[in-house]
This record gives sequence, C-alpha cells and structure tokens, in this order.
Amino acid sequence: MDIREASTISDAVRSGQVTAREVAAAALQRIEALDAKLGAFLTVEPERVLARADEIDRTIRERDYPLAGVPVAVKDNICTRNLRTTCGSRILRNYLPPYNATAVERLELAGAIIIGKANCDEFAMGSSTENSAFHVARNPYDPERVSGGSSGGSAVAVAAGMATLALGSETGGSVRQPASFCNVLGLKPTYGRISRYGLVAFASSLDCVALIGNNPRDIALLLGVLAGRDARDSTSSPVPVPDYAAELNKPVRGLKLGIPREFFGEGLDPEVKLAIEAAIGNAHSLGCELIDVSLPNTRYAIADYYIIAPAEASSNLARYDGVRYGERVSAPKDLSDMYKRTRSDGFGAEVKRRIMIGTYALSSGYYEAYYGRAMKVRTLIKRDYDRAFEKVDALISPVSPTAAFRIGEKISDPLSMYLSDIYTVTANLAGIPALSLPCGFTSAALPVGLQVLANQFQEAVLLRFAEAYAQSFPLASPPLQV
Amino acid sequence: MSISRDEVLKIADLAKLHFSEEELDAFTVQFQRILDYIEQLKEADVEEVEPTSHVSLTADFERHIFREDEVKPSLPVEESLANAPDAGSGHFRVPKVI
Repeated sequence: MDIREASTISDAVRSGQVTAREVAAAALQRIEALDAKLGAFLTVEPERVLARADEIDRTIRERDYPLAGVPVAVKDNICTRNLRTTCGSRILRNYLPPYNATAVERLELAGAIIIGKANCDEFAMGSSTENSAFHVARNPYDPERVSGGSSGGSAVAVAAGMATLALGSETGGSVRQPASFCNVLGLKPTYGRISRYGLVAFASSLDCVALIGNNPRDIALLLGVLAGRDARDSTSSPVPVPDYAAELNKPVRGLKLGIPREFFGEGLDPEVKLAIEAAIGNAHSLGCELIDVSLPNTRYAIADYYIIAPAEASSNLARYDGVRYGERVSAPKDLSDMYKRTRSDGFGAEVKRRIMIGTYALSSGYYEAYYGRAMKVRTLIKRDYDRAFEKVDALISPVSPTAAFRIGEKISDPLSMYLSDIYTVTANLAGIPALSLPCGFTSAALPVGLQVLANQFQEAVLLRFAEAYAQSFPLASPPLQV
Repeated sequence: MSISRDEVLKIADLAKLHFSEEELDAFTVQFQRILDYIEQLKEADVEEVEPTSHVSLTADFERHIFREDEVKPSLPVEESLANAPDAGSGHFRVPKVI
C-alpha cells in the first residue's frame, strides 16, 4: 500500500478499511527493502512497532486519533522512552531515555506509530548527515549525493516512502535544507511553537522541533497535533494554536509576497535560480503580488550564527562528562582525565570544532566581542524581517544555493559547509516560521526547494500558500534511484 | 585576530577536550579560517542596539513562565541511574576526587 498521505491513512484506519498493523507492516517492509542502501534509520525495532500498531487497532473505536496508524520517523536527537536515542553520536550510542519528548508523547496520543529513529548529523551539527557517527544518509534521487542535514534521515525516510511523516529539528536550516534536497516539505515553526522538552539541546536560543511530510495538508495536520504551550518547556509559547487545516483552503489571490534581493546574489547556482524564478512566476499567476524587499543584515547571518550556535552548544554539551549517562572511558587516572578522554573519544570532529569555537567565544575577555556582539547583530537581522513584514505577508526565496552535493565534497572544508546555510539561518535567528516546498528539478534530476517565510506565529500563511501552489502546480517527480 | 597553537591548547583544556599533535595542527588552521570569517561581525553598527536572547517572547510572558512550587512525581532513583556508566547505592560513582 502507498503510505504517502497521512490523512488518507488515518481515514482508512479509522473507517476500518485497513488496520494500523497493515500500515506498519508496509512501512517496515519498505525499510527492510531500501534502508540498507539509504541509511535513513539508526534504530528500528519491528516487534515494538507492530505491538504499538496492535494497540492502536485495539483502541481505535474508543479514541479519536487524528493520526491513526500513521508511521512517523523521529530524528534521533528527540527522546523516545526506552528506545535508543543516540543523537548520531558515539557518546550516546547506548542511551535509553527514561522519558518521551513532549512531541513524541503528543504523536502517540494522536495514534501515530513511531516507526524508527532517523539518522542525523551528530548532535544536529552539520548540513549533510556525513557527521553521523554511524553512517551517512544517502539521497534517494542520487545515492552518491548527500541527503542534506542535519535531519537527513528524516527527509530520506519520507522521500523514499519508509515513513509518512517525520520529526526533525532545526537550529539553522536542518529540516528545510534536507527537505529541499529530497523533494519533500519541511516546516520550521516559530521559535516556541512546539515544546522542546525531550529535544536534546544544541543551541537553546535557536532550537526547534521541525516537521517533514509529502504535502501541505499533512504538515498542517501534524503541526496541529504538536503545537502549543507545555509547562515542561518554559520557552514554549502561550500564543493560541489556530486550526491549520481550516486555514489551508483560504485563497491566496492578493497575498503580498516579498522577494528578498540578498537571497539571489553571488553563489546561487544558475539551475537552482532558474527553478526558483519559475516558481516565483507561478506564484504570480496564482494572483500573488510580488514586491522587491531588502534584508541588508543577511550579510552578517552566517558569522552571527556561527558564534551564537557554537557558544550555546559548548555550554549545552558540557553535560556529556561520563557521569550520569553516555559512554565513559575505561580506567581513568582521575576525574579530569575521565572528562577529557570520554569527550575526546565520544565526540566527532565537527562537534569538537563547534565546542572549541564556542568555548573561545565565551571565554574571559572575548565574551562581549563575540557572543555579546552576535546577540546585538541578531537584533538587526530580526529588525530587517520586522520591516519587511510591515509590507508583505510572506517572503519567497531559494532554500539552499545548490542542489544536493556529492558525498565527501565539502566535508574537509567546514567553512564552505557553513556557507551553504546562508538562506536558512536568518529565519532561525529571527525566530520566524519557514517552509521548504518542492518546486522543480535540475537538469541532473536533483530536487530544488522553494522557501516561504512568514512573520512569527503565521505558519497558516505558509501552509495556505503551499496548498494553493501544490494544487495548481503538481510536480512530476523523477523516479527514485534505489 | 590570529590564534596560536598554545591558545588552542588552552581552549581545549577549558572545553575538556584532548587533541593529538596532528589534530592540533590541522585544527589551528581551520580555527583561524573560521575566526577570520567571523571577524566581519565587527563591521556591523550595533551601538545602542539591544541584544536578543529570547526571540519570540510575548508581552505577557510573566503570566506564563511562573507556576506554583508544587511537589510533583519525578523519575524514580533506579530509572535516573539506569544510564549511568557506574552507579551504586543510589548514587553516581566517579573516580576519587579528594
């Protein structure tokens, strides 16, 4: 059976046309057939999945499950009770969380099935999933290319039909970029829209739980399940959650779309540019009004991000000390030796690099010049967006300057990898929601994503635009290369 | 700003990380390149600009971030210790400190 649409599966399971067990079995079969080649998952426990499906089938008549029997892949930096959660790191290779993340708890209450834990860059640090301590997650449109990152496994799982929906996380574009590389939708919600209780902390002023799916309706459904205040996360927002599904079919004629000129400059691949320009033309033909806007402080975005995120990471990752959880080296000489060797063995190169940058930026004498200044530049970036949203309802741009790059192409040059985040990081710095929407392919049949950004808590505008766009301009996707 | 190998060693010590001699050389070069790039932040005019730490705080946040200090159930000791590399008698066990 085709498991590409969550709403179809949920309706079919609720009406008794299929059982949750049949859906789960289909997803597991697909994983069994494809994942040895793609590497989207780090942990899949078939017996546990089927037992969970049976539980849904048993309770289906008593409960109102909006995601009845829907298979969801969960990024491996989101805690799942008694299900291995590694963060893609050797240091947590045997970690069994004693609790569920709030997002996972809400998924289960909604009748979803956690099909497996999705591969990712170690502690979500990376743009290619090559930083996973276990294996790379390959792009289903060209397995010699990256899936993107850090939520690469989540994007591949949905793109290759091994899961219907996926949870990822975003700190600087970690869902939108892999979604654009793999021809699926990726939504980074407003900072605080979804509880982060149980999302393993990377950079606390930026981290968000983020969503992946095959169509705008499914993203709306999933967001409705996950969004809302949670007493266990003090940064989760009390702003009321709208009925996203009801917002989907509102008209887009007259919607004012800003085109930020800084997102179309040097470095943008000509084929990606062509696909985005065609998509902008499509938006115009839907009756949207196109308006030129400027976000001048975008030029500081990467530098700003690569101070703030590593600084917060260096602090958050201090907890991996070999005492309460995670690995510990054998026969340490003393406490300091235990800390140093445990962390040096347990962390990969990119994580160490960011801890070092962050420690430097926060060290005595440098704090004001780096982190202090970066927080002020962040205000400037946020103000650019505030000004733009006085004039427009949403902004459209590319997600990434290139389509999926080759495995190994950028891994030895960290700065070039960082620069590929240029169009995504500002949404994280400004805390605004942003969506990656499939909009075309390069001549080598690699997917290209269109980015749509809206003001804080205006996810509904993004979903409304995406629904109108997807309905009017359905994509003929090339076959998967698996 | 240029960074020396000795400074990198000092930061590694603060971060409780250890690098081999070889790693240290490669790392110092990469570190320098990243710092050179980050330097451009100094060009931004941030005079009289307030820093942003919580980017989506609503005006009435104080109503929501405080709660009554009530005792609620928390993780049992055994579950809290279950992932520890070394534990005993209801405690985490670490190498001798004093």
